[in-house]
Amino acid sequence: MAGVGGQGVVTASHVLSNGVILSGGESTVVPFFGSEKRMAPVESYVRIANGKLYEIGEIIYPNVIVIFHSQVITHGKSYTMPFYSGIKDDSYIFINMPKTAELSRDEERELKEKRAKVFYLPATAIALQHAGTEVATNMAMIGAVSAVLGLPDLASLEKALTERFLGKGIVASGGTASLDKAMEKNFGPKVDLVKKNLAVIKAAAQYATEHGWVSAVTKGGTEQCTK
Amino acid sequence: MANTVNQRVVTPEHLLFEAPRTKAFITGSEAASEAVRRANVDIAIAYPITPQSETMERIGNLFAEGYIRDYYRAEDEVGAFSAISGASRTGVRCMTASSGPGLMRGLETIASWPGHRLPLVFLIMCRVINAPLSIQPDNLELDYMLTSGNILLHGENQQDFFDYTLAGFAISEKCEVTLPVAVAVDGFFVTHARAWVEMPSAELKLPPRDCYSEAVPMIDNENPPVRIARDAPIQKSNFISYQMHAAWQQEIHAAHERSRKWVSRYINGLVEVVNPEAETLIVASGSAVSQSREALRQAEEMGKKVGLIKVKSLRPFPTAELRAACRHAKRIIVPEFNCPGWLNREVRATLYGHSEAKIADGPRVYGGITMPTELILEWLFKSE
Repeated sequence: MAGVGGQGVVTASHVLSNGVILSGGESTVVPFFGSEKRMAPVESYVRIANGKLYEIGEIIYPNVIVIFHSQVITHGKSYTMPFYSGIKDDSYIFINMPKTAELSRDEERELKEKRAKVFYLPATAIALQHAGTEVATNMAMIGAVSAVLGLPDLASLEKALTERFLGKGIVASGGTASLDKAMEKNFGPKVDLVKKNLAVIKAAAQYATEHGWVSAVTKGGTEQCTK
Repeated sequence: MANTVNQRVVTPEHLLFEAPRTKAFITGSEAASEAVRRANVDIAIAYPITPQSETMERIGNLFAEGYIRDYYRAEDEVGAFSAISGASRTGVRCMTASSGPGLMRGLETIASWPGHRLPLVFLIMCRVINAPLSIQPDNLELDYMLTSGNILLHGENQQDFFDYTLAGFAISEKCEVTLPVAVAVDGFFVTHARAWVEMPSAELKLPPRDCYSEAVPMIDNENPPVRIARDAPIQKSNFISYQMHAAWQQEIHAAHERSRKWVSRYINGLVEVVNPEAETLIVASGSAVSQSREALRQAEEMGKKVGLIKVKSLRPFPTAELRAACRHAKRIIVPEFNCPGWLNREVRATLYGHSEAKIADGPRVYGGITMPTELILEWLFKSE
């Protein structure tokens, strides 16, 4: 999962991963960031498996890429070009953009050769519409991932989200902790934050369903992702 | 209020092996601070550096909660490592932590700990030390630790970080050992990532440090600080100083040999061997072990048998164990997360004359990248 500082990439990855754990799977998260500041490249690596996970560190050959900001396409994934570097065959790419990105001819060709399915999700617009803040963009991204791949299922994702805000869920960084406080001040108590975030997740899931993305996943698609 | 006063003292054996454990999905930083919560620590000494800071911040919270008795914020690493020298000499249980460049800054002081026979636990969250600047994991600083005289354990994951930290206190304070114990893990991969960790109840803790039963008396009103008296040793051409130096350093060497049985007892052996009968072997420590386990699984899917030797203790080095495990090996690879390959050097020196195996000079990654299992597989079967 790649984006820029301030978008909640790390938080989203923890919620997604925890959702998988809650649904009975195995999952680990490895967040990477340099200087903790807005707009600096951020990425977080989520591994999901049925059995025990041994591998650690960043994922160099991913099955799924989730892009939170178009800057990842132009600047590369933490400056690694192209943004889909290392992607495996029959992979999935989720991109937060209102319309299709203009990719170079080489990029188009390579993605086609890799049989990558690319989904463009207007995540920021969905966040603004359903939560009144673009800070919830991250929730839209994992909502779409959940709908398309079923990793995790929506109910488990909901549970993970509640844990993050109301339980002992992990807080990505000191900056995130202060953001939580500011959000509470501006948007009301944490219970309301959960509701709004959940509305965003559901709206993104609905968007994915309405656009036929869910059926676009071939049979055994999720098994492929856990290999 | 939950604090150290209400915790029940149990033996290290009970805490590490007998007490029932519950599973928690936590980061390596949390695992380390949970170990310190159960370690009956008198003083923790902190100076921040990424990726170590989060652990010492959590340990600061333990001080606020009453689980440790004092928390000292040092002025830099030279200050932190000097402060812990003083703390350890007064007979209290103490710990500190650092990463890459911070460790390098305080290395002069670290190298003085063993000669002074200072029991303490030093947590290392590995990070790039060379140029270009990076905060990512690369464990080159452990090369500098290998000759420092410290006991040096290298944990693979969050569980090891919890267990080895607790074991570290028990090993360090044994009379036959009386040495600092460094517990290293690779930064971020372990410190900032979450995994399942099994832990005994937080209502239990280690017995307090028994400083009067150690090899060197601590400083009190009756024991003057003779080991830090400086006049005799710094006189030029002073044969007493040469004799003293030789004795102190030989003491460290002997203490390392004596520590083997304690390290082995408290971390369940200096090595772990998977598929011992395989003729193609991986020797690894730290995060490289996790990557190798996955490579083993994939090799098995391809119908190929590969063995794995996890080196848990770098000092003392598992010389006899490694020679025994590699006796029948035909090919050995040593995946590492640093450029010069310090483990490769150790393995070659240990196996020289004891194994017919071809030892590959790699694979290695550095600068903070993880090691793809694809790379391990490529090196394993390169010769075929």
